[in-house]
Amino acid sequence: MQKVMMGNHALSWGALLSRAEVIAAYPITPQTEVVELLSNMCADGSLKAEFIKVESEHSAMAASMGASAAGARTFTATSAQGLALMHEVLHWATGARLPIVMGNINRAMAPPWTIWTEQTDSIAQRDTGWIQIYTSSIQEILDSVIQAYKVAEQIYIPAMVVLDSFVLSHTNENCEVPDQDKVDAYLPRFENAYKLDTDKPAAFGGLTGPDWYYELRYKIERDIQKALLLFEETGKEFEEMFGRYYGLIETYKLDDADVVLVTSASIASTARPVIDQMRSEGHKVGLIRIRVFRPFPSELLRKLLSGRKKVLVVDRNISFGMSGAFYAEVKAALYNVKGRPPMWGYIAGLGGRDVPMDVIKGMIEQTMKEDHPTQDIIWIGVKR
Amino acid sequence: MLEIRFHGRGGQGTVVASKVLAVAVAKEGRYVQTFPEYGVERRGAPVVAFTRIDTEPIYIRSKIYEPDHLLVLDPTLIAAIDVTEGLKPGGWIIINTEKKAADFPQFKDFKVAIVDATSIALKHRIGSKAAPIVNSAILGAFAKITGFVGIEAVREAVHELSPVKKDENVKAAQEAYDVAKAPEEK
Amino acid sequence: MMSEEIKWEKESDMPLMAMSLGRMTVNKTGSWRNLRPVIDKEKCNKCGICWKFCPDVSIEIDSEDYPVVILDFCKGCGICAVECPKDAIGMVKEA
Repeated sequence: MQKVMMGNHALSWGALLSRAEVIAAYPITPQTEVVELLSNMCADGSLKAEFIKVESEHSAMAASMGASAAGARTFTATSAQGLALMHEVLHWATGARLPIVMGNINRAMAPPWTIWTEQTDSIAQRDTGWIQIYTSSIQEILDSVIQAYKVAEQIYIPAMVVLDSFVLSHTNENCEVPDQDKVDAYLPRFENAYKLDTDKPAAFGGLTGPDWYYELRYKIERDIQKALLLFEETGKEFEEMFGRYYGLIETYKLDDADVVLVTSASIASTARPVIDQMRSEGHKVGLIRIRVFRPFPSELLRKLLSGRKKVLVVDRNISFGMSGAFYAEVKAALYNVKGRPPMWGYIAGLGGRDVPMDVIKGMIEQTMKEDHPTQDIIWIGVKR
Repeated sequence: MLEIRFHGRGGQGTVVASKVLAVAVAKEGRYVQTFPEYGVERRGAPVVAFTRIDTEPIYIRSKIYEPDHLLVLDPTLIAAIDVTEGLKPGGWIIINTEKKAADFPQFKDFKVAIVDATSIALKHRIGSKAAPIVNSAILGAFAKITGFVGIEAVREAVHELSPVKKDENVKAAQEAYDVAKAPEEK
Repeated sequence: MMSEEIKWEKESDMPLMAMSLGRMTVNKTGSWRNLRPVIDKEKCNKCGICWKFCPDVSIEIDSEDYPVVILDFCKGCGICAVECPKDAIGMVKEA
């Protein structure tokens, strides 16, 4: 079924088609439409889910954990301050090995008060062990919820589907809504092998000393690394079934590129016509869109970036005192590669500052002009 | 690719208008992207919305700075703000007004078309007497004047997206389509 | 609206953090209203609950202990009307 819908509603449709069974969420701009539509879908019976009204995001994630632990496929959504409020419980969901799927609408952190897009909210949660998928179209948002469940439930690791505030959340565009029976064939029922079961009572999360805590952490890392392969496998299956492939990254005109732009989300989308324009001007430029940020696709990036002349990374986030997060991690992935290319790190678009084509082009041109970067952070567009 | 900008005041259905156009164009098999100027909304405050239309998938996701055409749902905005900011020369400005196109000499670099969408909306009792909703009418006019979208698709989209008074809204779109005209191009 | 609009040219003009450059009483949020509270003095028992609950400090108490809505700032949220134990407050549409 072809529709025109907003990014927020694409999350709701993804949850509906995934047959989410429990939804516990607290409203926050710019997420409210996700939950409003899910609430309507529950009310009119199209979604057979238990809708739990909670009093905060901390409770939303806690309730989600309870539901997931009881064996229910669970969905929630939040943004910025709400995500931050959940922080403690995000760690908990991972340690408790609960494959919850959450939509996070990237919104800049306050103060100052803001509703516009920036990735720092979800970046600040990159250490919690959640899978992170950065989307760049309405279609991808819907499809990613379904794929996220398929990956998360195989490895018992929670996953967040991340989208830019406004630029994706409140933008309407063409979206194909997959058939329910096809989604059912792709995504089977969730069977939590470790669920709370009164017939098989057990206690979870008990005090664990240095003798064994370490091994439990090792298991989490071992399992989240499996997602690297699982995203490619489930991506291929999705393509066979629905005609669209979603892997760890997306490349555009990369093959013979000397200069590669590495970025994510909506900036990566606007970058495509920039690459087209610069190619038509004779420049050998290419694009890598990092879609799955956790687990970080280090090996794949090593393969694709080795041998390039120059690489630039554009971050719509910042880890104060260091640099943009994608830049730091791409650099880290390439560190041990002999003859690795020099890398430039740009910050753009914080707080929803628009990133039009000429700004992206300017960053690529700056990189092309310089032999090597002279700063760890290059701020774009500060009004000086 | 076409970039269209809509001007209205909060509560007039400007954002819905941009979405109805998108839905109509999508029904005709093209790609669309539509979004409002994202900010804090209040009734009566100026509202801006945008629609991109293309025959290819649309990857650009920045704001629209140089629209090809405008729709102005509330003529009082013309005195209040510069609706033509960034508008490409020769672009259409479709204004909801009782005045004539010739009454807008300040828009000489563009193509002006008028439709009395307010009267049409009032006639079909869409919205209230104090605050009629003019979006379906102005979209019907847009279809006729520019030819960028067919009236059939507009009617379907209006019907789909009108929360109430679906038939009245479709009639308003059709009537505006029937009566809309543009002055001779200069 | 703000009595004075400050336009910065550049980053170094701005204060270190987001802070207003004066009192926020210049921001007459009353213009945001769609509904306005109207207090019926006959029903009012001067308990002061509406004054206590108003989230915007937009009710004051007059010399006779009656509550008075400060229309410059009242946003019309309706909490006073909901909390009034005597149902003495009605919300009416603004023009």
